[in-house]
Amino acid sequence: MVAHDHGDEHHQHGSELSETQLRVRALETVLSEKGYIDPTALDAIVDYYETKVGPRNGAKVVARAWRDPAFKETLLADATKAVGTLGHVSRVGGHLVAVENTPKRHNMVVCTLCSCYPWEILGLPPVWYKSAPYRSRAVKDPRGVLADFGVTLPTEIEIRVWDSTAETRFLVLPMRPEGTDGWSEQKLAELVTRDSMIGTGLPKNPSEVR
Amino acid sequence: MDSVHDMGGMDGFGKIEVEKNEPVFHAAWEGHVLAIQLAMLYARAWRVDHLRFAQEQLPPLTYLSASYYQRWLLGTEKNIIERGLATAEELKAGHATTPGKMLRRKLTVSVLQDALTRPSYFRQQQAPALFKPGDRVRTRNIHPKAHTRLPRYARGKLGVVERCQGCHVYPDSVAVDQGDNPQWLYTVVFTGNELWGPDADPTLQVSIEAFEPYLELA
Repeated sequence: MVAHDHGDEHHQHGSELSETQLRVRALETVLSEKGYIDPTALDAIVDYYETKVGPRNGAKVVARAWRDPAFKETLLADATKAVGTLGHVSRVGGHLVAVENTPKRHNMVVCTLCSCYPWEILGLPPVWYKSAPYRSRAVKDPRGVLADFGVTLPTEIEIRVWDSTAETRFLVLPMRPEGTDGWSEQKLAELVTRDSMIGTGLPKNPSEVR
Repeated sequence: MDSVHDMGGMDGFGKIEVEKNEPVFHAAWEGHVLAIQLAMLYARAWRVDHLRFAQEQLPPLTYLSASYYQRWLLGTEKNIIERGLATAEELKAGHATTPGKMLRRKLTVSVLQDALTRPSYFRQQQAPALFKPGDRVRTRNIHPKAHTRLPRYARGKLGVVERCQGCHVYPDSVAVDQGDNPQWLYTVVFTGNELWGPDADPTLQVSIEAFEPYLELA
């Protein structure tokens, strides 16, 4: 915890981490004693985000769109509705928007004001997505951002950055890699990386998936 | 408010550091901070805009030096104290000395699925939409002292309405306890040159999600 958040910063109370830990424990105890929260439910929430939801949910959506043109059409028209039809994938609230990468346009998603991210389809965002370097640069220098991720796009490809400034949430539909004809949905999903659905990466090369 | 949370276009923050095989949480307390926040949102103790606004009001140095979940923790404590849900002394002592207030509902395991589904922010319109896709608009040059979702880099800029996203809860109103005040929401696209001048990447287009009060016809 930063020093000036504590009235007692001139004392040493162990590591910064343990100080924050104690502070969170104190908060949880007070809220529980007040009857506002149920600690058992908190554990279930943590378990949900650690084990039940993650980029694999989004990967299934992308793989389906690559194989099923009708699904892709619905996804691009109304992603909330499309993902809702894959009941087993994710429970999605309103306002999911899927944006398609094409040979002419590459999409990238950011939240410059905080950390808005499609949790239900990608899980919780990685630290870099919430960090100042990404939030500051994505809207101004997306090619520089891509270079940090080891990605170089042809200069003629238009780059479209979506700043998530409201409750709409964006999922990038990356381009299906060449040489994947006839692949199963499951196998295709293995090509889909988290970063390819944010727009800071591309799908894996088919040779990386056996 | 014009604070450091509004980072779009700032220079000097350096390279993006990607952690390989990043865990969902880097310490157990991070998960608890997230879960406490979701439980309090479910209880309708406050709303997501209050969480964002509380963090924006942190001193800039605190905002920049705290980790993501530390910021959430600070924002949560601020909302709890300001709303009289517990006192600073209770949080410091780690024990409640008075009973809690009555909240609207409580997050328990039995309602978990409901609580984990993001609520809808669609609301009934108050008036017809002023703009339609294809309209040229200019974002207003406004600098509200409270919460807003119009980033500084996109103020006073010419753009084009690309989509209408429906009528939504208005964060600028909710964050200051003035209710939903539903507003039309649009995807508005700007060229890189409009935002960043003649040296910008000529292939760049940036969109924001803009509430109607942020816009005027150009």
